[in-house]
Amino acid sequence: MAKGKTNSGPRKPKLAVWKFSSCDGCQLSLLDCEDELLTVADSVDIAYFLEATRAELPGPYDVSLVEGSISTPHDAERIHKVRRQSKLLVTIGACATSGGIQALRNFKDLDPFINAVYAHPEYIDSLAKSTPIQDHVKVDFELRGCPIDKGQLLEVINALLNGRKPNIATHGQCIDCKRQGNVCVMVAHGQPCLGPVTQVGCGTLCPGCQRACYGCFGPTETPNTASLARWLGDRQGHGKREVKHLFRGFTGYADAFRKESEIHE
Amino acid sequence: MSDQTRNPRAGRAPKGTRTVAVDALARVEGEGALYVRVRDGEVEDIKFRIFEPPRFFEAFLQGRRYMEAPDITARICGICPIAYMMGASQAMEDALGLKVTGPLRDLRRVVYCGEWIESHVLHAAMLHAPDFLGLQDSLLLAKQNPALVEKALKLKKLGNEILETIGGRAVHPVNLRVGGFHGMPRKKAVRALADRLEWGVEASRDLAKAFSAFDYPDFDQDTISVSMRHPDEYAICEGRIVSDQGLDIAVADFLTHFEEEHVAHSNALQGHMKGVGPYLVGPIARYNNNFKQLSRLAKATAKECGLGPKVTNPFKSILVRMIETLYACEESLRLVKDYEEPDASCLVAKDRAGVGHGCTEAPRGICYHRYALDGEGRITKATIIPPTAQNQKQIEADLLGVVKKNLDLSDEDLKWRCEQTIRNYDPCISCATHFLDLRVERV
Repeated sequence: MAKGKTNSGPRKPKLAVWKFSSCDGCQLSLLDCEDELLTVADSVDIAYFLEATRAELPGPYDVSLVEGSISTPHDAERIHKVRRQSKLLVTIGACATSGGIQALRNFKDLDPFINAVYAHPEYIDSLAKSTPIQDHVKVDFELRGCPIDKGQLLEVINALLNGRKPNIATHGQCIDCKRQGNVCVMVAHGQPCLGPVTQVGCGTLCPGCQRACYGCFGPTETPNTASLARWLGDRQGHGKREVKHLFRGFTGYADAFRKESEIHE
Repeated sequence: MSDQTRNPRAGRAPKGTRTVAVDALARVEGEGALYVRVRDGEVEDIKFRIFEPPRFFEAFLQGRRYMEAPDITARICGICPIAYMMGASQAMEDALGLKVTGPLRDLRRVVYCGEWIESHVLHAAMLHAPDFLGLQDSLLLAKQNPALVEKALKLKKLGNEILETIGGRAVHPVNLRVGGFHGMPRKKAVRALADRLEWGVEASRDLAKAFSAFDYPDFDQDTISVSMRHPDEYAICEGRIVSDQGLDIAVADFLTHFEEEHVAHSNALQGHMKGVGPYLVGPIARYNNNFKQLSRLAKATAKECGLGPKVTNPFKSILVRMIETLYACEESLRLVKDYEEPDASCLVAKDRAGVGHGCTEAPRGICYHRYALDGEGRITKATIIPPTAQNQKQIEADLLGVVKKNLDLSDEDLKWRCEQTIRNYDPCISCATHFLDLRVERV
């Protein structure tokens, strides 16, 4: 991955990793691939990855991984520059794919939020909304999760480097819970679970710990959120505010979850 | 030194009026900037700026149930989520009158050790060590010394395995909650960590010794070390807040003695001790305040690495991180060996109004939380003071010292030395920052 290295053989693909508004956990997932990191680094030129290296190669980049949401005027411009330099642009994580937890501000006026945190609101340059990358530029593939799953990340990198479509499942968590033989936390323990409307990817971690899914991987393609909301309200007796907050979490600004939460406003 | 090819001005003698703008500070997560103005060979102005887009956690926590705070605040930082989950949980327990003890308390200490190991090894070996060898990154280091980097990666993985075994996931664990854990960490899985931890003790010793052979810049700072202290153990999750200048306060009194300031040149809030000024939190502060409570092997290894009981050179933070990693391996080994499952995986509280405080030793230093709850258990006010915000002024002070001492360096070499100085504290200023752009103006 060294810059300026002369290799015989074909040119290695250039991989870039970009950060916008986020916690860095998704790009950390790449460094958390301890067993595979050095192999990945041998197969690509890591051309831009601030979390890992000072070295930089100029664009264009074969694959850009984009973490984080767009939340400042500066970032709204910067993402276009990234897009122009990238053959394939892959968004990684809930911030990049649905605006992230910081998109909770989208449901409120921003000014009181700024006043609540900062003594000098005039120093803060922030957009009214935190929005996903696809609201600004074309996205070639999106990888969900808060954080992403590192196995899925390796699959995406592997697939794109080999010119095939990534094999990422998009069905609901409930199916995987049944496959894994998890006891249903909703039926058995009356917990408010987003599993029926949430895409798989984490490996049903929460029901595995006897807790309800809180939606890290965002809505499935055709989630029946209305039915789930009725179940939570009528059968489990949760109030409107509880139902609203359940949908309004780490992927709360994803269309299906946003619309359902607004019904319970 | 490939940055020099990118920056045609690098290496020029420091005369005349000029500005050097560099695109980014790497191996520091997030973006910020350092601006230095030099006139006639004297540093006239220095500003350490922060560009992390504001995320307003304290604002959108208002109205949410207390149970949600650990999961939500975890998302402040992907490298040290446990620090936020634990600080938030303990603040809620304080407000609700819960006290987590016995095996649940031990498990919390073990999972926190896992975060120290994962974060310290990432920071020291993958992000900071290359600076001392003039390398752009740890992948180049892997070409030079594959055995060292492979050992570091395996040790980092061990930290993540602890997080996964007890917390369910390495980044943003799912199994921690107010009162304890959602699911019971199983005896078999927890005790099975012991073999790898025994290896981890040796591996962290090896890394510490390898790093001690680096050339360290000759640079000492007179700082105030602030950390937690516990009567019975090297403080991680609990204790009082103390300094090496005699401060000794309860966590609940934190805001009486410390405050955050919002300065114009930065997005992040900067902390200072009231009436005193900058102070230091993190590994060196903990080490200086609680050295006596380290294990015998950790103390002996520190000595072998040339460290006394007080460290004043911030560049040696890389060594202190490895000493703490060694201690974290020993400490979690001790606790997992004897782990017995308790009757319940968590304590449960009734909703009630109140105010609670929590503070723990995040890998980068004390992380303070305060919440006010209403009678339904909803948050009415949240205050979170992360370690990096507290270190901002100290980082600025160190940068001033480093720049003054190294004005003879070319802009490019000076830039790298400044980056290395910031990485003494943080590869991860995302909780308080985001780094982009270093400007040295020589007038």
